[in-house]
Amino acid sequence: MTDATILERDTEAQFGDYFALLKPRVMSLVVFTAFVGLLVAPVQVHPMIGFCAILFIAVGAGASGALNMWWDADIDALMKRTARRPIPAGKVTAQEALGVGLALSGFSVVMLWLATNLAAAALLAFTIFFYAVVYSMWLKRSTPQNIVIGGAAGAFPPLIGWVAATGSVSLEAVLMFALIFMWTPPHFWALALFLKKDYDTAGVPMLTVTHGRRVTRQHILVYTLLLAPVALWLGFTQIGGPVYLTVAVLANAWFAKGAFDIWRRDEDRAEADKYRVEKAFFQFSLLYLFVHFMALLADAALRAFGVI
Amino acid sequence: MTIKVEHDLHRRRFSRNVGVGLVLVAFICIIFGLTVVKVKQLGQMQAFDHVVRPELVPVQSTGQAPGGSN
Repeated sequence: MTDATILERDTEAQFGDYFALLKPRVMSLVVFTAFVGLLVAPVQVHPMIGFCAILFIAVGAGASGALNMWWDADIDALMKRTARRPIPAGKVTAQEALGVGLALSGFSVVMLWLATNLAAAALLAFTIFFYAVVYSMWLKRSTPQNIVIGGAAGAFPPLIGWVAATGSVSLEAVLMFALIFMWTPPHFWALALFLKKDYDTAGVPMLTVTHGRRVTRQHILVYTLLLAPVALWLGFTQIGGPVYLTVAVLANAWFAKGAFDIWRRDEDRAEADKYRVEKAFFQFSLLYLFVHFMALLADAALRAFGVI
Repeated sequence: MTIKVEHDLHRRRFSRNVGVGLVLVAFICIIFGLTVVKVKQLGQMQAFDHVVRPELVPVQSTGQAPGGSN
C-alpha cells in the first residue's frame, strides 16, 4: 500500500474500530468471571496487582477476539449477526486485525507473567492459542461439536484469575471452569435454533445444520442436565456457601425446565410463536452465569465479614 | 503536492491518535503503580550509598555491647 492509497481511503479507521476488534462484550464477561475467580481465591491479592491481572487477562481475551475476526472475516461478512464487525464493514483491514491480535497476545501474556506468575501467563497463552487456533482455525468449520470444545476458551478466565492469585490450580478453580464449559453448549445451541439462517448461509457446521433441530433440542436438554451437578458441586467446596447453593438450586431448576420445554417442542410450534421459548432460554442463560458468579462473590463477602 | 502543516489526514486521524496517546499514558501509570507495589512487597531494603552503616560494623570482642555503659 502506498501513501497515495492511504489518503484515498474514504473511511479512516477510528480508535473505536480497533477496540471493536477486541469484542468488548465478550471481554466484559471475561473481566467479570476472572474478577470473581481472583477474588474468591483464599489468598489476599494487592488491589493493584489484582487490577493488573484482570486487565491483562481481558487484553489477552481481546487479542484472541481480534485473531478470530482476522481468520473469520469471510464468514462474518455472510452472517447478519457479524456483518457489521470492523473487517467485513471495511473499516479495518484483515492484516491490521492480525497485527493487533498478535501484538496484544504477546503483550498480555508477558505482562500477566510480570504482574502475577508464570502459571497464570502460561494458561492465558494457552487460552489464546486454543481460541484462535484450535477453535477458530480448526474446529469451528469442521465439526458440529465446535461449540462444545470451543467453550473451553471462554471457560478459562476464572481459572486464570484463581491461578493469578494462588499460583496453582485447585478443585474450586476447575469447577468454575467446568461451570462455564458445560454452560456454553446449551447457551449457543439455543441461539443457533433461532438464528438458523445465519449459520446455514455461512456454511458453519452447527449442530442444527448437520444433525437437525430435533437432535439439537436433545443435546440442549442433556447438557443442561449435566451442567446442574457441576454447578451444585461448586456449592459444596470451600468457595461455596448458602447464597451460592440457594442460587444454584433455583437457577438450575429453572434452566432445566427451560431445556425440557425446548426438548418437548417441535419446529412447527417454535415457528408459530417465533421461537419464544428458545429466546427466553437464551436470555435466561446469560442471567444464569451472572447469578452463579455473583453468588460466589456474595459468599466470599459474607466470609470476609465473618458471617459464615 | 504542496506540503501543508495541517493535512486532512491529521484531522481524520486525530481521534485515533488521541486514543493511542491516552492508552500509552494509562500504560505508563499502570507500570509505575505496579512497580511501586512490587517493590514495596519486597520489604525493607538498604542500598550501599557510601556512608558508614553502624549495623554492618563487626561487634568488638570486648565483651561489651556497642554503646553500652562502662
